Order: sequence, then structure tokens, then C-alpha cells
Amino acid sequence: MVKAAILALVAGAGLALATCAVAALTPGDLLKGYEASARQDTSSFAGFSVERGRAFFQSTHGNEWSCASCHTQNPAASGRHAKTSKTIAPLAPAANPERFTSTAEAEKWFKRNCNDVLGRVCTAQEKGDVLAYLMQLTPGGGR
Amino acid sequence: MNAFVPRALVCTLAAVGVVLASARSHADSGSRTPPDPAFLAECGSCHVPYPARLLSAASWRTVMNNLDRHFGTDASIDSATAATIRRYLEASAGAGRKVSADPTLVRVTQSPRFLRKHDEIPASVFGSEKVKSAANCGACHAGAPDGRFSDHDARIPR
Repeated sequence: MVKAAILALVAGAGLALATCAVAALTPGDLLKGYEASARQDTSSFAGFSVERGRAFFQSTHGNEWSCASCHTQNPAASGRHAKTSKTIAPLAPAANPERFTSTAEAEKWFKRNCNDVLGRVCTAQEKGDVLAYLMQLTPGGGR
Repeated sequence: MNAFVPRALVCTLAAVGVVLASARSHADSGSRTPPDPAFLAECGSCHVPYPARLLSAASWRTVMNNLDRHFGTDASIDSATAATIRRYLEASAGAGRKVSADPTLVRVTQSPRFLRKHDEIPASVFGSEKVKSAANCGACHAGAPDGRFSDHDARIPR
């Protein structure tokens, strides 16, 4: 019984370390991935734009919510879930080093939140623009 | 290298945290199944990880079958994680007369047990600026983020 419990604890610790090992990806790596996808989507791909990303982030796209509805106009600060009021940790990597360090996590949230805000999935161009905008923010939210 | 050192430190601390957290939950949970880590992480990312015992297994199945339309938002997750969470919820769900037999009842704040446990709380508390909603468990239950809802540490914010 005790042995089993110890084994479970060691396994849990191992899992936490393994998860971290998988997550050793940088926002820049993710951006490169979106760039490769965007090039595949359109032959006329001309790079990502911080300004386009900022505008996209702040727009409601004709619906009820924008990204900023929960993440606020300053994604380097804590946000608040528009429905549940739960605090959301900062989204900008400069303010929260855990952000954009896992492809699976980034893709999970882009899928959900793009559906919530736009009613569709986002293109690689749109994700890259938003990520480029978030990556150049300083911990205070400025550039 | 510079970026790696803090990450390694954070990961080591996370691993230690897992050990301490699971040791604690085994110590004070009694016969109740400790909340599944995937359930706490995934469901707890948008709202308090609600106690599984408030809904029946059939109600939880309804919730898990409709994650892409989850109370007005898309909460879909990968199928492996969904299966883990589904197993935990079904194993820890409420049963018998303590829960509603209606599988379409999916709001924990409308569950019989929730209503009974909060029948002395005036509606004005749930609508107050600091609480905002009956679903905002953490406003009064400090242990809510970890799945703990003891009456003893519940404090209504004024």
C-alpha cells in the first residue's frame, strides 16, 4: 500500500517533469510553425504584422466578443473571463513565460477562442499576426 | 541557457508540488476520489472545478458530449484528455436522491444539493459586486480552486 503510494508520487513527479520537457518550446518556434503553414495556405504570404495582430485582437469581428473582452486591451496584464469572472493569467509572453510554449496548448485555445469570437477557426496568418503582436509587448504592456 | 535555468527550476518545483499536493489530497480526502489533475487543469482553466458529486453520471455525460457548445463557449479538448476527465466525473458523480435524475440538468448551481446547501444564502449575495454569480464558488470558498468546499472555510465577502 505504502509502496504503491510512493510509486504513484514518483510517477506524478516524473509526469510533471516530462510535461515540462515537452513544453520546452519558445513563442518564436511557434511563430515559425505558423509561418510555414501560412506559406502553404497562400503563395503570396508577406509576413506577419504586429499592427494587423493588434487590430484583430481588439475587434469583435461583427459578433459579441473580442479577444480583449477576456484578455483586456493590455494582454500583458491579468484578464477576466467574460462569463465566469475567473482571473486569466497574462497572455503576453513577456509577462507570463508559460504562454505559447506548447503547440497543443496554443492550438487548443486558438480553436476554442476563435470559435467564440469569430464563429470559425483562425487562419495561420491570423494566429501569426496575433502572436507577433503579443510577442513584442513588454511586461508593462507597451512596446 | 539563461532561459533554460528558470524553466528547469519551475519544472522541478512543479514536480515537488505534484508530490505535496497528491500527498495532501490522499491525507484529507477520506474515501472520496481526489479530483483528477486533468479535470482540475482543464475545467479549472475557465471556472472553478465544480464538485463532481453535484451532478449524476448521466448529466456529466451530457456535459462531456457537448463541450464544443459549453454554456455559450467552445470548450472542446483532445479526445484522450476528454476520456480521462469523463472517467473521473462518472466515477465521482453523485447518485440516488442527492442528484437530479434529469440528464439534461447540467448547471451545478441548479442541482438539488447545491440549492439545499445554499438555501440560507440570500439572492442578493449571489448578485453582489464581489460574487456576481452563484457559479463563482471561489468568491466564498477559498479552497474551491483545489476542489475543496468545506462549510468551515466559507466566508461571504462584504
